[in-house]
Amino acid sequence: MTSSKPPTTRAALTSAIGTVAGLMAALALMIAFFSWQSEYFFTADTFVTIANDIPATAVTAVGMTFVLIIAGIDLSVGSTMALAAAVAGIAMLQWHWPLVPATLLAMATGLVVGAVNGAVTVAWRLPSFIVTLGMLEMARGAAYLATDSRTQYIGGRIDWLGKPIVLGLSPQFFIAIAIVAVAQVVLTRTVFGRSLVGIGTNEEAMRLAGVDPRPIKIAVFALAGLLAGLGGVFLSSRLEAADPNAGTGAELVVIASVVIGGTSLMGGRGSVASTFFGVLVISVLEAGLAQIGASEPTKRIITGFVIILAVVLDTLREHRKKRA
Amino acid sequence: MSPAPGGTGASPVLLQGRGIGKTYATPVLAGVDFELRAGEVLALTGENGAGKSTLSKIVAGLVPPTAGTLALAGQPFAPASRKDAERQGVRMVMQELSLVPTLSVAENLLLGRLPHRLGFIRGDALNEAAAKQMALIGLGDVDPRLPVSALGVGYQQMVEIARSLVGDCRLLILDEPTATLTSREIAHLFEQIALLKARGVAVVYISHRLDELQQVADRVMVLRDGRHIDTRPMRELTQADIVRSMVGRDVHEGLERNVRPRGRRALAVRGLARGNVVRDVSFDLHAGEVLGLAGLVGSGRTELLRLIDGADRKDAGEVLLGESQAPARISSPMQAVRQGIGFVTEDRKSQGLLLPQSIRVNATLANLAAVSRAGWLRGDEERTEVERLRELLRVRSESIEQPVAELSGGNQQKVVFARWLHRGCDVLLLDEPTRGVDIGARADIYAQMDKLAAAGKALLMVSSDLRELMSQCDRIGVMSAGRLVRIFERGEWTEQLLLEAAFSAYTAAEKQAPQEQPA
Repeated sequence: MTSSKPPTTRAALTSAIGTVAGLMAALALMIAFFSWQSEYFFTADTFVTIANDIPATAVTAVGMTFVLIIAGIDLSVGSTMALAAAVAGIAMLQWHWPLVPATLLAMATGLVVGAVNGAVTVAWRLPSFIVTLGMLEMARGAAYLATDSRTQYIGGRIDWLGKPIVLGLSPQFFIAIAIVAVAQVVLTRTVFGRSLVGIGTNEEAMRLAGVDPRPIKIAVFALAGLLAGLGGVFLSSRLEAADPNAGTGAELVVIASVVIGGTSLMGGRGSVASTFFGVLVISVLEAGLAQIGASEPTKRIITGFVIILAVVLDTLREHRKKRA
Repeated sequence: MSPAPGGTGASPVLLQGRGIGKTYATPVLAGVDFELRAGEVLALTGENGAGKSTLSKIVAGLVPPTAGTLALAGQPFAPASRKDAERQGVRMVMQELSLVPTLSVAENLLLGRLPHRLGFIRGDALNEAAAKQMALIGLGDVDPRLPVSALGVGYQQMVEIARSLVGDCRLLILDEPTATLTSREIAHLFEQIALLKARGVAVVYISHRLDELQQVADRVMVLRDGRHIDTRPMRELTQADIVRSMVGRDVHEGLERNVRPRGRRALAVRGLARGNVVRDVSFDLHAGEVLGLAGLVGSGRTELLRLIDGADRKDAGEVLLGESQAPARISSPMQAVRQGIGFVTEDRKSQGLLLPQSIRVNATLANLAAVSRAGWLRGDEERTEVERLRELLRVRSESIEQPVAELSGGNQQKVVFARWLHRGCDVLLLDEPTRGVDIGARADIYAQMDKLAAAGKALLMVSSDLRELMSQCDRIGVMSAGRLVRIFERGEWTEQLLLEAAFSAYTAAEKQAPQEQPA
């Protein structure tokens, strides 16, 4: 608490930029390494592939960032993706709905799943870890029921979302970018965003300041479900099918991306923009390792190592900032 | 149980303190000399904040003194840690129990030194050793295999004491050991203390309850404002003598002020109760006045504020707002805020502030609607508003973007005040608003309270600093053991009268309940 300290405004700003700058540096390093290892890596093709690969993870990670900021966690997003995709598949195949209403229905499905997660967590004051772990099983089971445990082929009617329109980039890529941008603004510029940070930092202080955390928490889980629902549609547009096994384990990739982006699992600190870079880090790593011919086991070991390394570096940086 | 005869010249001096002092931001203990003899019970007493717990923590090795020396049985004694003090036979039982409720009594007693073979606990040896230890303090009837959670609070306290006696114990410090005990359990505890004395253990007994001191203490040591006032044999003293030496006779300046004009009723409390913590409390609070709440720690003051704020559930009673005769519906702090009640909590770090966030974020938290349109924050408006508040309250900081964690206690408290100024409430509940606040910031906070009162707000202020209450308040209510025993008007009170009222529910016991049957 000494008064002889550098202006903290600048410190706070550099720290926010620091996270993004650090992630960009990591990305640059990885791209340089893979370009050196494989002559095919540094090509437009690779980047278009990565860009069209990330939307499902990216939109789901946006919701997860909000959940982590209020010190919660949502393990059900992978299953929610599959369930939402199954619902969209049914709507398109059996009821002959067009793509847009089917997508909205899928998002509504995710919204309901998320709202249940949030309501149960809040009403009985349960850890969201347990509630969403249960939902992970339930939503997966529901996805099997809806698809009759078979991959439902939808075909060309859904693949528009994943087909290139400009510069090889697909509509879902642009939708994902727009959602990331809007979510970042919501987080930093709205009363809702401010309340999330407050709840994640000190829920009791928020209550005593007159802010009811309960509806906000339910809304956050509902939003995470809704975005996972959209992510599910993105996934099935690339598969041209509703696969009941789609999104298995996706929750782990999504949480890893958010955490690599510097969002704290303890709540109160996070940024959607850096989450997006976290998603990029994981997918560049994935694509690069595939290109240099790494085997599946090696890929997984390296990816796991990078996740831990990223969090260790972020923790060290936070400590240094506190001591400074 | 009658006052024991020990403590007269016969037994050797076990612990001697010379010029013990402790200074944090301000001195809390200065030049304290004392002696403690083997086999005696020395009661340590004084007002809230007199330095009792600081002194005992120094002896127990929890904090080092900033001045003075200790000697244990003639040898220099400067424990580096609690462990170090324990190795030398000096132990302290804290108010909060440190038992593991799911483990058995025996496991708790011998935690950290469980008898084992190849890593497997030897149950028979464990229970045998524990039973021996329990018998030592007269608890032979407790099955050491029972989980601690199955015991009553009183027995848990005994287990805690038994644990501190494992190994060599020459000096035992008990900090408010009877706060949670029933009278039967207290009687049992006193029997155990007599057994300890017989074994030559010296006991330092910290308590507010003067009636108990008469039963257990050989000598009474009174602290006031961190200074040693008097130590005398208990049998030469009455409870009134002890209160008198806690108060002192200094004339304090700056305690005079004109009574503020009292406006219409802003809030009324009728028969408010919660368990035996707050019992049947009723009073009126008026616009434009500062009503103080005095009382000992644990007398129910904080709990009363929390009931009014809806933070805890009440068992009975109601709160009326304004001049309405209908009870207000306040079942959560959110509803309280909506109806114009603000709460500055005692623990601003855990209940008030978002520590890693900026002054700006903290100051506008209770009224984000004022700096937003349709859910969107207006950055410029917010900054202008917070700059104004920072100026008004003279918050010393680099900018409004500085995290509040980096501010001093006084400036942090000003940020909490800024929040409620920004919200603009009619009733402000203040719980120890100047605790940990330096003198300069204190004056700023008092000035702000004056302004709020002048603007027709009603302030209800809990403080353990009697002089602060006497200088700032128009009326002072005194709580004792959960009851609001009396409300003094300005001019009626003296420090002595206030303290007597604060102790009244605890001293009354001596007349009503003469002897407890031993358990």
